[in-house]
Parts: sequence; structure tokens; C-alpha cells
Amino acid sequence: MSKRTDSNGYTMMFAVIMVFVVGSLLAFLASSLKPAIKENERIEKQQNILYAMGVNENDASNANFVSTKVAGAEFKKYIKKQLVLEGNKISESQDAYLIDVKKQQANAKDGKVRKLPLFVGEKEGKTFYVAPIRGKGLWDAIWGYVSMDENMVVQGAYFDHKGETPGLGANIKQRYFMDDFIGEHLMTEDGVFKGITVKKGNNDAVNEDKTDYEVDAIAGATITGDGVSAMIKKDLSLYVPYFKNLKK
Amino acid sequence: MGLLSKRDAALLTDPLADNNPITIQVLGICSALAITAELKASIVMAVSVLFVLGLGNVVISLMRNIIPSKIRIIVQLIVVATLVIIVDLVLKAFAYELSKTLSVFVGLIITNCIIMGRFEAFALGNGPWRAFLDGIGNAVGYGVILIAVGFFRELLGSGTLLGFKVLGDPIEKTGLYAIGYENNGFMLLSPMALIVVGILIWIQRSRNTSLIEEN
Repeated sequence: MSKRTDSNGYTMMFAVIMVFVVGSLLAFLASSLKPAIKENERIEKQQNILYAMGVNENDASNANFVSTKVAGAEFKKYIKKQLVLEGNKISESQDAYLIDVKKQQANAKDGKVRKLPLFVGEKEGKTFYVAPIRGKGLWDAIWGYVSMDENMVVQGAYFDHKGETPGLGANIKQRYFMDDFIGEHLMTEDGVFKGITVKKGNNDAVNEDKTDYEVDAIAGATITGDGVSAMIKKDLSLYVPYFKNLKK
Repeated sequence: MGLLSKRDAALLTDPLADNNPITIQVLGICSALAITAELKASIVMAVSVLFVLGLGNVVISLMRNIIPSKIRIIVQLIVVATLVIIVDLVLKAFAYELSKTLSVFVGLIITNCIIMGRFEAFALGNGPWRAFLDGIGNAVGYGVILIAVGFFRELLGSGTLLGFKVLGDPIEKTGLYAIGYENNGFMLLSPMALIVVGILIWIQRSRNTSLIEEN
């Protein structure tokens, strides 16, 4: 029994038309929705930075950003300066928060100077220094924002991920994990940068010891946790010279 | 069900019990293992699959007479991937918060064998209405198991349900924890999902012995 749809010619035709139709449909959708998506991502960055410095609408156990409507105004209100560090040069820019950390990391790999954005915020008389970080989880990229005081003591952290396993690695964006970082020291008193390690069984599940440079890991999410440790160590160490200068 | 003929109603109800995609056909195990550590993730996945399988089955069924049989699997894959990507893009533009929650499921949905399985086994040979019912039935059958597994894993593994501490606080030692109860961290790891699914299969077969194969 041979059907019309079994012939090679028909199969070829069908494949070509299908690819053409699906391709143009997706391309059209993607390009027409791009401005809206870009805008959402821009607002999200502002929300992330504000979240890290404690400007958020958290309830008892959930992490909530300030609403998208007020994000722009709040960002202007709380973020006093947006700095760009390039080697020893420090400049100010209104759009430093739009700097693509992924691109800058690639630049650094190619031997070019990496632009490091740093946001100086002020809330209730306290100064916060917020830095973006980015690294690899188990499946895909993970990133976040860490806010510190002038001694590099963590004041707040926000983590996010592209595709970590729901219920396991994806929990790095849960309050119980992110809040553990608050108060942790990144540097010893003598100014040696230690970073913060996400560690299993560190006998400090309630996280009372703030100078052990460790937070409790998530069960079943070892590789994502290691990714968080690595990106904190790697990306935040680049800001050490700035903080050392600050104290002089 | 007065609305549906007996044959159509069976399409909806069969996958719920005696022809369940997970416990009988053993399809969709990969996602059942991966995302059932929490009840919330299980529910989100169940709803997403319901949407994609219902819609996908209709699309494939409408195209069933023009799809060349030699490349039908590729065509099925393209249809499901396109559907999922369109939903993902639209959500990103108009419901960004929701899309953040769902984006991790996108890959899991496209590669879900239940979806390909129903396209191949049912939608290619049946009309759109019946294909739709079959899709909904199978997605619900899949979702029920997912939610059951997620319920037990979250309850026994973390002592919470949907994030609420139902058994008391393990750190402050309240509720059950006050009398020495401990969470079983094993439940959070994927192998335990397999064991929970195994227990469900056992229960189902002991209640309905006609499901047991002759050796």
C-alpha cells in the first residue's frame, strides 16, 4: 500500500515548507516581542539590585521584589552611584546596571579589560556596595547580586538561575538559602579574601558562625552549590582592590 | 458523563487508572524523578503538560493526513518544541514573573516521552476531538502520579507541603520534631522518587490483579 505522502518528493517538500513556516513564525514572534522582553529584563535587574540591598517586599518566608511599577523610581532613590571599575580607573555611568556580566567575563578571557559594575546604594543612613556575579550551575548559567558593607561583610544576596532542577538546585533563589549569606564575612581581619563556601555538613545549619566563610548547602544540590561558591570567590575577589582603597 | 459517548469518556478515564502513563506504560519517568522533590514543582509541571499535551495532540491530529510517515517523529518534535517556545516567549513578554517560574520546565516538557508517545500512538490515527480528550486524560493521569510522588517526597524529605511547615520546625524543635522525629534527606534525592513510584505501582497492582502479566 503506497500513499501519496510516502514519496520522497513529498517528504522533502513537506520538510522544506514546515521548516520555512515554523522558522518564520518563531522569528516573527521573537523579534516582535523582543522590546517587551528586553524591558522586562531591564526592570528585573533593577529589582535584583534593590533586593540585594534589602529594598524588597519580603513576607515571612517568601522573597518578593518591589513591584515592577515602582522599580525604576526606587532604583533612582536608593542607588546613589553606579560605578564602573576598569583596572585602576573608576568612572560613573547611569547605565552601569545594563553592563552584560557574561560579555565582560568573555572579554577578560580574551585578555581585554573587564568592566566591573558596582552600585553604591544608601538606605537608612547605611551604605551598601552591590556587585553582580555570574557562574555555572549544574545545567546552565547561575547569577546573582551581593551587597556588602565597606568591610566586605555581606548585607544581602540574591541568586537566580536559568535551568537548575526545580525543588533542588533551583532553591538557591529561596529565602532560606539566600538569607544564610547575610552577615557572612568575605575577608579576614587582615584583609585576606576568603569568599564564602556552600558546604555540606558544616555543623552550623542555623548559620550562627558568621566568620567561618561557609553557609549550609542544599541537600541534593551539590553541584549548584559548588557553582555558587565558585562564582562568589571568582567574581567578588575582583572587587577586593576597590574595598582596600576605600579604607585607606 | 452525559456529554461524552462511552468510548470518548474512556479516553479520559482510562489513563487515570488502568492505563496510567507512569505506573502502567512507564513513560515520563525522567521528569517524574527530576522535579518531584517539591509539591509545587510537581503541580506546575502537571499543569504545563496538561496544556501542551492537550493542544499538541489536536495539532498533530489535524495534520495527521499530511505528515509524511518517514519523518513523522521529527515533525512531532517540531510541533511540540514550537508550541512550548511560543508559550515561553509570550509569557516572557506579558507575564514575566510567571515565565521565570516556568522556564526551567520548558526543556523537560519538550523531551517528555508521554507527549511524543501520545502523538505517535493516538493523535496520528484519530480525529482532533478524540485526540484532545486522550491528551487531557493522559496528562491528568501523569499529573496525579507526579503530585502524589511530590506530596510524599516533600512531606517526608523536608517536612513541608507547598513550603508550609506542616510537621513543625526542625531547627526550633517544635511539633513532631520535639519528640525526636527527623526529616529523611534521602527523600530529596532522585532514587527515592523511583522507589515511591515503585510503591505506587505495587499498590495499584495488588488492588487490580488483572494488571499483572503472566510469565
